Amino acid sequence: MACFLASVLTIVLLAFIIGEILVKAWPAMIKFGLGFITGIQWSPNRGVFGVLPVLIGTVASSFLALLLALPLGLAIAIFLSEDFFPAPVRQVIRFVVETLAAIPSVVYGLWGIFVVIPLVQQYGAVLAAKFGFIPFLAGPAYGNSLLTASLVLALMVLPTITAISRSSLVAVPYTLREGSYALGATRWETILSVIIPTAAPGIVASGILGFGRAMGETMAVAMLIGNSQRLSWSLLSPSNTLSALLANQFAEADGIQVSALMYAAALLVVLTLGVNIAGEAVLRHTQKATAGLR
Amino acid sequence: MSTEEHAATPTEASEWPLEPTNNFAPGENNFIKVDNFKFFYGKKEALHGINLEIPSRKVTAFIGPSGCGKSTLLRNFNRMNELIPGVRHEGDITIHGTSIYDPSVEIIALRRRIGMVFQKSNPFPMSIYENIVYPLRIAGQNTRSVLDETVERCLRSAALWDEAKDRLNDSALGLSGGQMQRLCIARAVASRPEILLMDEPCSALDPIATAKVEELIIELKKDFTIVIVTHNMQQASRVSELTAFFYLGILIEFDNTRKIFTNPSMKQTEEYITGRFG
Amino acid sequence: MTSTAATSPKNFFSDAGKKTSLLRLFRNHFLTGLCIAISLLTLVPLFSIIVLVIKNGLPLLSTNLFTQLPPAPGLDGGGFGNAIVGTLVMVGISLGFSVPLGILAAVFVNEYASVSWLASVVRFVAKLLTGIPSIICGVFAFAAVVMTTHKFSALAGGLALAILILPTILLTAEQALLGVPYAFREASFGVGATPFQTIWCIVLPEAMPAIMTGVMLAVARAAGETAPVLFTALFSQNWIKGIMEPTASLSVLIYNFASLPYAYHIKLAWSASLILVVLVTLSNILAQVIFAPKHH
Repeated sequence: MACFLASVLTIVLLAFIIGEILVKAWPAMIKFGLGFITGIQWSPNRGVFGVLPVLIGTVASSFLALLLALPLGLAIAIFLSEDFFPAPVRQVIRFVVETLAAIPSVVYGLWGIFVVIPLVQQYGAVLAAKFGFIPFLAGPAYGNSLLTASLVLALMVLPTITAISRSSLVAVPYTLREGSYALGATRWETILSVIIPTAAPGIVASGILGFGRAMGETMAVAMLIGNSQRLSWSLLSPSNTLSALLANQFAEADGIQVSALMYAAALLVVLTLGVNIAGEAVLRHTQKATAGLR
Repeated sequence: MSTEEHAATPTEASEWPLEPTNNFAPGENNFIKVDNFKFFYGKKEALHGINLEIPSRKVTAFIGPSGCGKSTLLRNFNRMNELIPGVRHEGDITIHGTSIYDPSVEIIALRRRIGMVFQKSNPFPMSIYENIVYPLRIAGQNTRSVLDETVERCLRSAALWDEAKDRLNDSALGLSGGQMQRLCIARAVASRPEILLMDEPCSALDPIATAKVEELIIELKKDFTIVIVTHNMQQASRVSELTAFFYLGILIEFDNTRKIFTNPSMKQTEEYITGRFG
Repeated sequence: MTSTAATSPKNFFSDAGKKTSLLRLFRNHFLTGLCIAISLLTLVPLFSIIVLVIKNGLPLLSTNLFTQLPPAPGLDGGGFGNAIVGTLVMVGISLGFSVPLGILAAVFVNEYASVSWLASVVRFVAKLLTGIPSIICGVFAFAAVVMTTHKFSALAGGLALAILILPTILLTAEQALLGVPYAFREASFGVGATPFQTIWCIVLPEAMPAIMTGVMLAVARAAGETAPVLFTALFSQNWIKGIMEPTASLSVLIYNFASLPYAYHIKLAWSASLILVVLVTLSNILAQVIFAPKHH
């Protein structure tokens, strides 16, 4: 009986979380409607709340992180699934990547402040001076910027991407590898034309789930992205994300601002749940597909 | 052609080891010669000094109980065993007088000259068409007309053309088990090899699909030197002209298939053939 | 087919594209090198993080850190004893909520209803909960506790962490129960035990080491998280007086002090990072080394 209650409670919990957030967000939803999503102003003092720049910042920072982390993660996954080095060496690399996952977000933030921000400031200025005509690299270059947040985010989602990609690479039946070698293919021809295409759905899933993780990641981003609600094309400008917005404003918010933040939180839940469900669906589909190959 | 003409003739092979026979005219194609070949997995010696000569354009069957080394030897012909860590070999295998271990021989080139068909069919998860042209594409051949021509030639030689010609762009994984295995045969001949190695190609197939593949093997020997490993002695007697019987990493007897199955020289062979062990 | 004249022995191997294979071999080696280089590259940031945390965190390391309160802005001296206690208290509260709940739910899913729709819904919900951003746990606790009690509190922070770690505990406990051989249950039923007795006397004790692994992983996760406690427990300059008070934690201390313009506070943030990383790593190692071997 207690077990039954515990299970029901777990299910109710998710509903309760979503319900509670929606109830608290309701006043803001009534008041701002969809204008909340398309509005580009966020000024609590004047009672104006629009999250478009923050939404864009959320998607942009996560996407940029994914762009960096997916090739890296895939390369490490290949490294771990091939026998370039004896198993103990690969084990060390695997341990390193898993350790990356265990470091608290706030420590990434602290490290980012003292290592990544100065680097981005220094090289960002050079980039902006040389390539400033490209809107993405327009100056002035700030240390607290979308690029800084994305770099650290990439590092943070690397373990997720590596772990899922690796298991989908390892799941490719050995007979396919053999078949390719027997036809006179080199190792990398085999990897690129047979193994990666076979594992592709799993690799895609790793990207989607990594993207979901990046969108929900809070502390490191809040410490590095500069928390600016101004729209800008440049990667070197400060930006903001939904989770960083929540982290920065909740403690001191009151009245309608709390409700507006709840609205933003609801958006974040919708985004991350959507992405995660998509990722899980692809992953489940993959497992079925590779099961058929065996 | 009659089998007697080309048969290896160690008919009086009551003495051991088998004397290498050389009934094949010099310059004859695809002469695989195994010369005192030993093979080790780590410390374990899996093959104990095999001597064997395989003639061209014939079907040679390797039979023997599990673990007798027949697959191991087959997989050395295209050096597939080298994918396994910790293996080494002694002795030599020559094809056409060239050692396959000669430094000038590239494994890639070797494998293109020797097609292989595996126990479990292993079509790549791509279209039927792309499966067959895979060996061409990796070698840099992308000319459409050449690829088209190859697909038709290979599917025809694998007796799959009529069944597959209207669905070339469908996934190969949608084929039946027997069709998949014939597709793998088609793919194996795409790079125009001279030798075709078959590692229990029918063990995962039902009797009807097996019959089709066997028919195909007999057809293919016109163009290829075929070496087939099989557990199925009826199969060996149906498709092969020569049969080698292996036991515990030793080549016990190598002779005309008819001779092996009717009047084997060695006691072990007879016991295995008649099903007393194995 | 080369059914025409024989290929002469000399070129048996050579028509197979030897010219192109030089390029192919080069590409093969190049990609191998690239792949290895990239993999080793990931060592660099990790190395940098570890080195900096140790280098900047060690100088202040002394018993004062554990026994004293944070200094006022601009002043030197002091430690963050209150934050360590606060973190431990909140992790404790979160375990108090989520361990019983998670294990009971896992028992239900695996022992009582392993195929029913309710069980699959529970599994699905647990999967979804793992995907929810940690800050949403904080938002929920803010809405449910802080806004009701009108107070930031350790209880709210602990509750937020409980939601965060519940799916970890539930899913690892389920795996642990799955790992108990079915024969054990049969044996127990065979001597006339009730399902209840079987589960509590046979199955759960057998699964306990693996469940503890999950709990330790959850402890590591909860101790390192900032977002759920940031605006639920808030922060405090003082020792914890009760669970209904604003409470300091190591992670929030790092966040707050990292952006202060005072050198000493930044040093404290590094020291707190060192202690946090050690705490988290210890929990992870404990999870894998101490409990795992007993379970094979």
